[in-house]
Amino acid sequence: MIRVVRVLSKRISAVLLAAAVAGCSAAPIGVGVDDPIENQNRDTHSLNVAVDRALIRPASNSYGSIVPSPVRTGVSNFASNLNLPGQVLNNLLQFRIENAGHNAFRFLVNTTFGFGGLLDVATEAGLENRGTDFGETLHVWGAPEGAYLELPLVGPSTERHAAGRVVDLLLNPLNFAVDGPLRSAGTGASVAARFGDRYQYSDLVDSVLYESEDSYAQARLLYLQNRRFKLSGGAQPDYIDPYEDVYGDE
Amino acid sequence: MVMNKPFSRRAFVASLAALTLPLPAFALSGPAAEGLVESAVDDINKIIASGKSESSMLRDFQRVFERYADVNIIALTTLGPARRSASNAEIAAYVSAFKAYFTRKYGKRFNEFVGGKIIVEGSRNSKSNVEVLSTARLRGSAPFKVTWLVSDKSGKPKIFNIVIEGVNTLTSERAEIGAMLDKRRGDIGALTADLKKLG
Repeated sequence: MIRVVRVLSKRISAVLLAAAVAGCSAAPIGVGVDDPIENQNRDTHSLNVAVDRALIRPASNSYGSIVPSPVRTGVSNFASNLNLPGQVLNNLLQFRIENAGHNAFRFLVNTTFGFGGLLDVATEAGLENRGTDFGETLHVWGAPEGAYLELPLVGPSTERHAAGRVVDLLLNPLNFAVDGPLRSAGTGASVAARFGDRYQYSDLVDSVLYESEDSYAQARLLYLQNRRFKLSGGAQPDYIDPYEDVYGDE
Repeated sequence: MVMNKPFSRRAFVASLAALTLPLPAFALSGPAAEGLVESAVDDINKIIASGKSESSMLRDFQRVFERYADVNIIALTTLGPARRSASNAEIAAYVSAFKAYFTRKYGKRFNEFVGGKIIVEGSRNSKSNVEVLSTARLRGSAPFKVTWLVSDKSGKPKIFNIVIEGVNTLTSERAEIGAMLDKRRGDIGALTADLKKLG
């Protein structure tokens, strides 16, 4: 475990240094799979699957079957709303002022008219969710994606995304603004929201983790494609033309 | 046509454009591809609304799948380079086993689709196919982007891939089949036999 932390911190500082050197133009969207520490990642993956099987899956199934759906939605809305101030900060750091205003307004609307964030009235009013994180900020600043990394308990990541997670934890404005019960409620809600997600997407997660031949490779592929799609702002990623591939060379 | 006037400026520009941007002639139009996706989604919704047993819904789903998807190209693509060393009989057996496996695998997840809606938003030409862009609104989850890749290279307009929030179904399935083949030391016969039990 200590070895993992040491390797991680070394690699994460390399990402931050690269960002500082690269200056301020967005890094190119990654292609292919760069996984130099695959053996170590596979060990972490086995651990994550074991934890899911023993704890997370059963707990999220009970959470999903005991707690009624509207309550689960409320808990998940509450947790996401508390993430918004941190996202506004990231939007500002990315110089995406329009998104900063959008997310600040979402926070305002949901906190007031949405009863402290229990209802996502902003989305219903057409202010859609535009999530971001410090990993994206690093991307905007020009830090390269880095190698693929599976984190204990968190799951698939890259070096850049992992570095971003650490910064997001440290920089969350709520850490400085609120204290006591509200902060614990926020932490509790975000843990419950994770169980709620695991329950809602259980068919998908189960099919990747338990029904695929190589769940590590499937999770890696899914994560990288989806993460790159988000960072590219939803641009259509390139794909092979199977007709050329199948018929072209015969 | 343009060749009748050799060295005209237009012909020169056109030939330059043809060199740098090879634009294939599109037999398949955007609206036709959008219509295909819309009617596939309609048929799937009808199956879900029918309230039949899961096994008969799966049979119906297999029919929809064969009608709208280019099953052959999907199966051959997932087999990857291994198909070059395989015999025709092996490939035919694989394609038929894959078809049933694929339907079972995705058919059984169709309860995620209950109460959901797919809104087709437009299309554009790309490579030799049409990309149909849509947004899926499923119950209890944030809307997400789904791109349907449609081609008529099989002779009829058919869907050959679905990209969901950047995740390419064909690429994922190809990685999955590749991992299965590796584990069976490239034995397509063993893969085909095991596919019949999976999904």
